[in-house]
Amino acid sequence: MTLLTTVFAAIICTVLWYRNAPDSQMKLGILCWMYWGASLMWFVDAVFEYAQIHEAYFTPAPADMLNDFYLGLSVVALGLVIWLAALLVKDPKGVVKAALFKKGTK
Amino acid sequence: MACFVVPAAEAVITTVAAKVLEKKEAAPETVKVSFDGVSATEAVKIPFSRKLKWLNSLLWGGSALLAFEHVWHGEVTPWFPFLTAAGNPADAAEMLNEMATAGISMTALVTAVWLAMLGVAKIMEKNATMSAKKLPPAK
Repeated sequence: MTLLTTVFAAIICTVLWYRNAPDSQMKLGILCWMYWGASLMWFVDAVFEYAQIHEAYFTPAPADMLNDFYLGLSVVALGLVIWLAALLVKDPKGVVKAALFKKGTK
Repeated sequence: MACFVVPAAEAVITTVAAKVLEKKEAAPETVKVSFDGVSATEAVKIPFSRKLKWLNSLLWGGSALLAFEHVWHGEVTPWFPFLTAAGNPADAAEMLNEMATAGISMTALVTAVWLAMLGVAKIMEKNATMSAKKLPPAK
């Protein structure tokens, strides 16, 4: 469930990135790389788990599914927080800088 | 247990390599390309260090989110020895085994995907420059 949640997040972010390209002011690429990287790693985790428990991998207990989904959503939220922090620090539109300075001499 | 440590270690190496390459690389090459298949235009080819940053981003991003998962499961703590499995020899052996299997597989898959991306990018660059040769320049 965590893998699926992250894969869907990666797909949505990639579609949004492609839709806005070549304009990269929102730095959506950061989110794409992060979610795809995590998806690939969790895919390997899933393969190892499948090798251990075989078909049972596809029939998880509802409580486990819910917990994994909760973890997946938390991972997506953490990714968004990291992206937001990077966006505000890089400030490609100069919005944060504009908020820090007033126009004029006084 | 600590599988994310292996891709994170590769991320450190590739980040340093990207920084070193960036300093050593010559000015980017300008070529004529076609983005739309209708007209040719001049563009700058992205350097290898930029492509290496794709791998950095995949590795750092993935490791960061996986590290969070390990915190979630109580496998990583903010106090020494940071990895709960490192507390006793039996768990430590299992942790090292997981790093050697899942950790290395994760790193290998991410690197393989990046290499495939490099291959596809190379073909796309070649096609764009080849088709630009047959087209009129952009107005």
